[in-house]
Amino acid sequence: METKEASRAPVSQKAHIIENKDFEGKIGGTVSIEINEKKVQVPLGTTILDACRKNNIHIPTLCHHEDLCVAGVCRICVVEVEGMRTLQASCAFPITSPIKIKTSTPMVRKARRHIIDLLLSEHYGECYSCVRNNNCELQKLAKEYGVDSYTFGHVQKSKYPVDNSSFSVIRDIDKCILCKRCVRTCIDLQEVGVLEAVHRGHDTHINTFMEKDLADVVCINCGQCINRCPTGALHANDPSDEIWDAIDNPKKHVVIQTAPSPRAAIGEEFGLGAGHSMTYQLNSALRRIGFNAVFDTNFTADLTIIEEGTELILRLYKAVVEKNPQIKLPQFTSCSPGWVKYLEHFYPEYIDNLSSAKSPQQMFGSLLKTFYAQKRGINPEDIVSVAVMPCSAKKFECNRPEMTDSGYKDVDYGLTTRELAKMIKEAGINLPEMPKEHFDDPFGDASGAGLIFGATGGVMEAAIRTIVEFVLGKKTEDVFEKANVLPVRGFEGIKYVELPLGTEMGPVPEIIKHLVPNWDWLKGVTLKVAVAHGTANAKKIMEDIKAGGKFSECHFIEFMACPGGCIGGGGQPIPTSPEIRKKRAEAIYAEDESLELRKSHENPNVVRIYEEYLTDGPCGHISHKLLHTHYKPRGRYIA
Amino acid sequence: MLVMEKNQLTEEIEVLIKKYGKERSSLIPILQDIQKQHSYISDYAQQEVARLLDIHPVEVFSVISFYAFLNSSPKGRNIVRLCQTITCDLAGKKNVASAIERELGIKFGQTTPDNKITLEYANCLGMCDVGPAMIVNDRVYYKLDPEKAVSIINEIR
Ligand code: SF4
Ligand code: SF4
Ligand code: SF4
Ligand code: FES
Ligand code: FES
Repeated sequence: METKEASRAPVSQKAHIIENKDFEGKIGGTVSIEINEKKVQVPLGTTILDACRKNNIHIPTLCHHEDLCVAGVCRICVVEVEGMRTLQASCAFPITSPIKIKTSTPMVRKARRHIIDLLLSEHYGECYSCVRNNNCELQKLAKEYGVDSYTFGHVQKSKYPVDNSSFSVIRDIDKCILCKRCVRTCIDLQEVGVLEAVHRGHDTHINTFMEKDLADVVCINCGQCINRCPTGALHANDPSDEIWDAIDNPKKHVVIQTAPSPRAAIGEEFGLGAGHSMTYQLNSALRRIGFNAVFDTNFTADLTIIEEGTELILRLYKAVVEKNPQIKLPQFTSCSPGWVKYLEHFYPEYIDNLSSAKSPQQMFGSLLKTFYAQKRGINPEDIVSVAVMPCSAKKFECNRPEMTDSGYKDVDYGLTTRELAKMIKEAGINLPEMPKEHFDDPFGDASGAGLIFGATGGVMEAAIRTIVEFVLGKKTEDVFEKANVLPVRGFEGIKYVELPLGTEMGPVPEIIKHLVPNWDWLKGVTLKVAVAHGTANAKKIMEDIKAGGKFSECHFIEFMACPGGCIGGGGQPIPTSPEIRKKRAEAIYAEDESLELRKSHENPNVVRIYEEYLTDGPCGHISHKLLHTHYKPRGRYIA
Repeated sequence: MLVMEKNQLTEEIEVLIKKYGKERSSLIPILQDIQKQHSYISDYAQQEVARLLDIHPVEVFSVISFYAFLNSSPKGRNIVRLCQTITCDLAGKKNVASAIERELGIKFGQTTPDNKITLEYANCLGMCDVGPAMIVNDRVYYKLDPEKAVSIINEIR
């Protein structure tokens, strides 16, 4: 599975399931056990928890998470194992002998109830005013185990102040139950290492290096810790009150862009299973809420492909033909703000490898307050621009001081999928029942290439679809069946693909004709690309590049901070799991296949904007001013 | 911190890593040596240890904050730790404590203005049969009474 292999957790905390196909059914391959007097067979090393789940026996968990290594710290998952003196934590018990397990005895039930009561005795917070009300694992357990009074009392006073220093993540440690899921997420899954348990005994709590504010440490704002926190102790910095104010202000023209991943996941907030695309229902819901115009971020994803692709071609041309030693390759994608901040902190010496192209969110922002404002005759000062994103780092990104190229704050608010779902419910709308409507002009509907940006490998696939047609002059469909670039899809942590370009080159397309004379210099070249998701995987590639390994010879690398890509972003509905992320990705790929338009350069609105507004073409002066940016070397040291 | 000081600290830590190895398990002995040398482990030192062991600074800080005998902020050159657990308490810890506080003019948890002595409470030191007990730097003193405690303090003043 995508995440376990990336884990740097101690060996003892990793799962050790022996799945030897040759041994299946033979002695040593599987073990026969009894769960609640029912005989079952499981592969050697399966945990009691997994064995029970496979047999539809529910066991409560808190510190356990499918994406993370074993912790065994909360003990809520205890069961009775015959012959053992004490109860055993089922999530941390690998089965190696024919044991007999009981999952619901008086002793088990009493122990679990006590654990819940003890957690509640230290839990300061009120469910009514909590973001996780109705989606909280602690609250759910209290209900499941019939907590009707506080056996061990209940704290009446706050112990820790709320840390709301960060644009993205808010910490309300009073609600923390010390499951350490955030710690394992940040250290193992993301390799950023912001959070740990500090101090001891009664004073133990989750904090940062030297107990600093989150804004002052190396947090990349990915929000992965939020997605895995069972309680409301970690949550995103929610701007919805300000957005309501703007909507209610008749002077303001409030526009919203929606990214592909929220649309593939927001249905989960309305009781649908994972993997239902809500793109067009969302459009009508947003209009009913009161947004003045609804746009598709995929439009600027298409634009990103043109800008970033042109930048890549220019870098290659300068490196291959002009032999310019200043040119940095591989070029890194720059659309994931979590990844960008990770690089700024941990590999600042590689900043010049980052594409200077802004992320689709920010490109849209600068076009809205310039091109769109002019076209519609609206004073950009009165435009409030909101972006619905699967991401908590997008909140940080839109607040970066350099993101004001329109002369105003390009994007006013980054709103997560979860926060938007809340606004829709507040407006009394049941999203799945909404009629389907299209996006607003002048940007209109976008291509499938922009859409698949949401899944890991998507940017690369979109780029390949365009590069193949630009350089080889062939239809992508003739090179990849149905234009599906399968080698870059899937959830493997790191993907590496070689594309020999051959010797038959096409003509240089009109739009970049002024930049390169012909493609002869690419004859016989093998394009090498790679894709990584989750910063732990990004770290592996970066270390390889530093050591001069095979990734240093790549031309283009896609990096996404979040496991699974944006569909697994820190602003997406909770819970998350490999299964859920897979379904969301499937929804995106299915929608892509259903579209007529599947290549960025074929998007008529993109073609038009180069004719009407960005008149000196991709990577020209105007686009450089509006659509490109620069980065800040931050370094890893915390002062 | 000055660049020169930083470089020197880094060199020191590199030597310690050579001595104890690059495994995670070397963390405690390395921290103990830094603590002994500098009487605390500065945030820069913590980050250098983390970098050289390839772990995260917050993991180093987590360990330091867990152990009472490792400090992340400067303390006095001598640290006096008086046991506050029940047996020593019954054996007369209170009188010993107030005698020391009176002598130094500071309270427990504080450091003398000349930075010479920090007073702290510790939990059971395993000397319950001969309490009240205290540790001054590395040395254990037991069967204390106010007078004895004050004379020990005066020796390190
Ligand atoms: S974290 Fe859960 S239990 Fe605590 S206040 Fe929030 S909803 Fe209630
Ligand atoms: S947002 Fe990401 S980097 Fe920041 S603490 Fe959470 S997991 Fe770590
Ligand atoms: S902040 Fe959340 S995830 Fe982290 S330890 Fe506390 S309850 Fe668990
Ligand atoms: S879920 Fe098993 S110990 Fe926490
Ligand atoms: S109680 Fe003081 S040494 Fe044990």
